[in-house]
Amino acid sequence: MMRITLIAVGLLLAVLLPLAIPWLNFVFIMAVAQGFAALGVVLLLRAGMISIGHAVFLASGAYVTAFLLRQTGITDLGLILLVATLGSGLFGFLIGMFMVRYRAIFFAMLNMAVSMVVFALLAKLYHLTGGTDGVRVATPTVLGAVLDRTVFDSLLLYISLALLVAVGWLVHRYLSSPLGKALEAVHTNEVRLEYLGVSAWGVLLYAYTISAALAGLGGALAAIAVGHVVPELAYWTHSGQLVLIAVLGGIGGVVGPFIGALFFEIVRVVAAGYAAYTWNMIVGLALLGVIFFLPNGLYGLVQRLLKRGGGS
Amino acid sequence: MLDLLALLIVDGLADAALIFFVAVGLTLVFSVLRILNVAHGSFYSIGAYVAVSIGMWVVSAGWHPYLTFPALFLSAALVAVALGPFIERYFLRWTYGKSEALQILVTFALFLVFEDLQKLVFGVQAHYEDTPLQLLGVSDIGGIFYLNYQFLLIAMAAVTVILLRLLIRRTMIGKFIVAVVADREIAQTMGINTTRVFVIAFTVGVFLAALGGALASPTSGVAPGLGAEALVLAFAVAAIGGLGQIEGAALAAVIVGLSRAAAIHFAPDFEAVVPYLVMLVVLLIRPYGLFGTVQARRI
Repeated sequence: MMRITLIAVGLLLAVLLPLAIPWLNFVFIMAVAQGFAALGVVLLLRAGMISIGHAVFLASGAYVTAFLLRQTGITDLGLILLVATLGSGLFGFLIGMFMVRYRAIFFAMLNMAVSMVVFALLAKLYHLTGGTDGVRVATPTVLGAVLDRTVFDSLLLYISLALLVAVGWLVHRYLSSPLGKALEAVHTNEVRLEYLGVSAWGVLLYAYTISAALAGLGGALAAIAVGHVVPELAYWTHSGQLVLIAVLGGIGGVVGPFIGALFFEIVRVVAAGYAAYTWNMIVGLALLGVIFFLPNGLYGLVQRLLKRGGGS
Repeated sequence: MLDLLALLIVDGLADAALIFFVAVGLTLVFSVLRILNVAHGSFYSIGAYVAVSIGMWVVSAGWHPYLTFPALFLSAALVAVALGPFIERYFLRWTYGKSEALQILVTFALFLVFEDLQKLVFGVQAHYEDTPLQLLGVSDIGGIFYLNYQFLLIAMAAVTVILLRLLIRRTMIGKFIVAVVADREIAQTMGINTTRVFVIAFTVGVFLAALGGALASPTSGVAPGLGAEALVLAFAVAAIGGLGQIEGAALAAVIVGLSRAAAIHFAPDFEAVVPYLVMLVVLLIRPYGLFGTVQARRI
């Protein structure tokens, strides 16, 4: 109950604050977008697998969005988000069939290799992808209506938040289902899980596909919010950031990565305004702080404070 | 045709030499500490920055220009002594025995901190200092001009492979390292000071990365983002060779260096993709790398 109140208050703040402080609108959309990708990373982290290449699926969602708007006549926001999500999910399924055979460091490095190949191709195939200049993303239409950019931006925030609730709930259901619980079993003891007759390969492929689809959704939202896609979306440091966001927020549940993403985006904006070249350092130090002192992430900290407040 | 082949081989081997320094440090640290060190790329770029700074200082102070050569080694040693023991003691030691995801994240956080520290200290513009390269000049072999510095790099890498092999096989600390790699706990019960072995192995790893950066700085200069690039290349090479394998890293560096040189001459657009394609192919066929050994999964 406490958790639901907390989420409701958070959502209300996310809707109301941008009305008073307009630049927060963009920050919140980006936080939701990065949060989706980080949520994808969380699914794999629960199975004890760290992917330093997951930004590749965020990039695929973003590039699918850019292509739909530029090459085809499809301009509807809902359809674009759907196609980008499913497309990235399919891409993740294909890559995942190879990936989930590997564990630990090899899983991390192979993911990184795939993302670096995609990064290099996006940067080099100039005719298809616009090279390092990237591709401009036009403003999509909503249910056939062409909207003014400021109106569209507000609407995009509300749609992002609605998606956050709907998709977040679905992922929550997935994590509490037997298939989701099996992820933790892979982490604890994979061989015993297989003795129970559960295919670790299947469990992981399912999770990998979902996590790729989540990253693709995040990528589509980010592409539309920024209005531009570049190959750097797939670079390995961006993948590292996604893992960072996931662990910063906490991998215990669905809410964690979004808190992590919000913290990350706010630090980025504030640091860019007041102290250039320090935001990497700030998030790096914050990550070290969280790893050393808060094993359950920022969300764990919030929970602990609430419990203490409620108990006394 | 033969000229082109010779050119390809020299280019490829010189490239391989530079990658080798970073990759072998990464693989050494991995085999002893069991940590995949993402901050390794930072040591490479810090080595390059320090080498460029000291090189400029030597030149502007009016000292003999040949002193820029020892300056390359001096800067790598400075970086290793200043950062190696400190990082191992205060950050890595805490993560021993924790999950791999956590260890990678701690080093990634260090990488981020170092990235910005470099920008704050050395600025964001590119720096060049190529006195060592100019001093050695070029040699004309069969109508093609080769940079003599390239031959120096290849020789240095070859010497490093031999020295590392001697260090591991012939010295006491080398035997300690082998023992710790084989079984940390047994090594400890035999009276080996594992803490010291970790510090030494890590510092040697930092030295190799910084040396790679220092030796690369006359050819490529140094700019932000250098460490991130060097790191992924080193990852690829270390994975191809089999993590923890010194000779494997050397062979993998040669393979990657030669295929990159071939790609630059025949399909320049795809030069950046080649190392990762090689890595994907090798790992799909041999999941633990060329020289890697299969590890049993725990039950």
